Amino acid sequence: MSIFKKALTTAAVATALATSTATIAQAAPMRIAVVVKALGIGFFDAVHKGAEEAAQKLGNVKIIYTGPTNTTAEGQIQVINSLIAQHVDAIAISANDQDALVPVLKKAMSRGITVISFDSGVAKAGREMQLDDSSTPLIGKTLIKLAADHMPNGGEVAVLSASATATNQNAWIAAMKGDMKDYPKIKLVSVVYGDDLSDKSYREAQGLIKKYPDLKAIIAPTTVGIAAAAQAVEDDHLTGKVNVTGLGLPSQMAGHVKSGASKSFALWNPIDLGYAATMISYNLATHKAKAEPGAKIGMGRMGTVTLDKNNIGVMSDPFTFNASNVDKYAKMF
Amino acid sequence: MSRALKSREALLGGAILSMVALIAIRFPQFVAPSNLVGTFNDTSPLILLALGEMAVILAKCIDLSVAANLALCGMVAAMMNTMGIPLPLIILAATALGAVVGMVNGLLVWKLDIPPIVVTLGTMTITRGAIFLISGGKWINDQQLSESFKDFPRSVVLGLPVMAWVAIVVALAFAVLIGRTPFGRSLFAVGGNPNAAIYTGINVGRTQALAFTLAGALAGLTGYLWIARYAVAYVDIANGFELDVVAACVIGGISIAGGAGSVAGAVLGALFLGVIKNALPVVGISPFWQMAISGSAILAAVAINARERRRAGRVILKTAESRA
Repeated sequence: MSIFKKALTTAAVATALATSTATIAQAAPMRIAVVVKALGIGFFDAVHKGAEEAAQKLGNVKIIYTGPTNTTAEGQIQVINSLIAQHVDAIAISANDQDALVPVLKKAMSRGITVISFDSGVAKAGREMQLDDSSTPLIGKTLIKLAADHMPNGGEVAVLSASATATNQNAWIAAMKGDMKDYPKIKLVSVVYGDDLSDKSYREAQGLIKKYPDLKAIIAPTTVGIAAAAQAVEDDHLTGKVNVTGLGLPSQMAGHVKSGASKSFALWNPIDLGYAATMISYNLATHKAKAEPGAKIGMGRMGTVTLDKNNIGVMSDPFTFNASNVDKYAKMF
Repeated sequence: MSRALKSREALLGGAILSMVALIAIRFPQFVAPSNLVGTFNDTSPLILLALGEMAVILAKCIDLSVAANLALCGMVAAMMNTMGIPLPLIILAATALGAVVGMVNGLLVWKLDIPPIVVTLGTMTITRGAIFLISGGKWINDQQLSESFKDFPRSVVLGLPVMAWVAIVVALAFAVLIGRTPFGRSLFAVGGNPNAAIYTGINVGRTQALAFTLAGALAGLTGYLWIARYAVAYVDIANGFELDVVAACVIGGISIAGGAGSVAGAVLGALFLGVIKNALPVVGISPFWQMAISGSAILAAVAINARERRRAGRVILKTAESRA
């Protein structure tokens, strides 16, 4: 082959390559990987649904929904390594370990991949921002509102919590107490602890019912407690008189909502979470927004999120479930 | 008569009554018949497990896996219910599965001669792990359980819920089993002096294995009752309940060293804890006091037991005994 011919072929191949990469870059959708704690968990399947919704709305975005088969940091590290090899555009992760994932996520960021964490966060060095489901003040406000919505004339409420030393629950209850000034007719008569054991929670709920005959609502900011309290109310035939509310999973509470023991309850909505995480990933990866303290980043129909000094943003109030929507969500988580 | 009054059971019965009286001063509704029935009903699972545990402790062993066994059988019962299997079959299967888990404990103690506390600590963890594996960590919630499944322990017969009747019937059966059968007597013999038991022709290991199986079967039955009552099944059901069960036995005067105790003691010990558990929420005492009160009751019971030293037997076959 003559030198001229060789040069010509090289040029041809180069042109072909160049044009083909150009067309690929144009048509290839943006790939956003949603990495969850483990596959097969209803909550995260719902997150996936939200992510797909966002992708559809954005157009030209492909969601890669993935995660390990069990909730380990090692499994997530493998998954992320393969995502780096595929060179996805963005990774949104709910982490199994706050620190163990930092090195591999740093590697991803150094290859130009946008990395955010949602739900269960990663340490600051390993992500551009963290999206929290909700915040302590918002949860506190929601808890008292859930009870107040169904007691227009005020009355007595009691709290059935997890253990007396549970950090999350104590913070939420403290926030709720702070918001009670907005409801002068509602009186908090007692805070009891069911230790997240169904039998103890059930007994404590029964104790509240016996001790406070005028009790209008039991607020249980814990999944075990709310289900046990609802069961106790049903067993004591007080459905309609004592409303059980708080934080619970729709799959747990669907029956109790149907029976009327619980008129409504709340939890973060995983569909919204997946939607918001995808929207944020897209905006960061396309440089429409930058993750820095004080930044406001669009989340589509979820509004905007404002980042604090640690680049942590809060999505929204907990989502309220009631008879109108609980069945739909009960199928998911 | 005076001997009956001085007995440990009478003492414990008196303690329970005076405790109920004290509670009634602060919260009169506590002694309302419906509330007393509720308290007894609530204590039924503890009574059932304490009876099984009693058999094991009498035979000089201990079973820490009863609560985990309960949770496993309860989860299996709940899963069978979601498959639409009829209730009698579910109850039978739960009891049988519990018996099998108990038998595994018993065989490990008998054939491999591993200390019971080690065996049952192991099976406790294994059993909890097994629940996670079969359920995938998922909850089975009340709307997934059928009405008949949930209603059976609740339905009232002659003024008492079925769950309470189960406890009463099992307690009576135990009284016969422990007091009137060769197996019952062999439990005392094995726990009181294993070497002497061998000389009388009792198979110590077999007796212990049977006691474990019995405790397991009761845990299985209680597993169904528990899930039906609280209408939810998940991995951590009855977490830590094994300690309540052992505490009920100790408070009931069942010697932790084996060989001494009574059915009435186990029932009263369970009722003592049951009254405390049901009273504290209405009396409005801090949750931390509940542990302190239960703990003090255990110490007091052990102290009383220790004072009644068993008469030492005369050793006539020293060399044979040390060989055994």
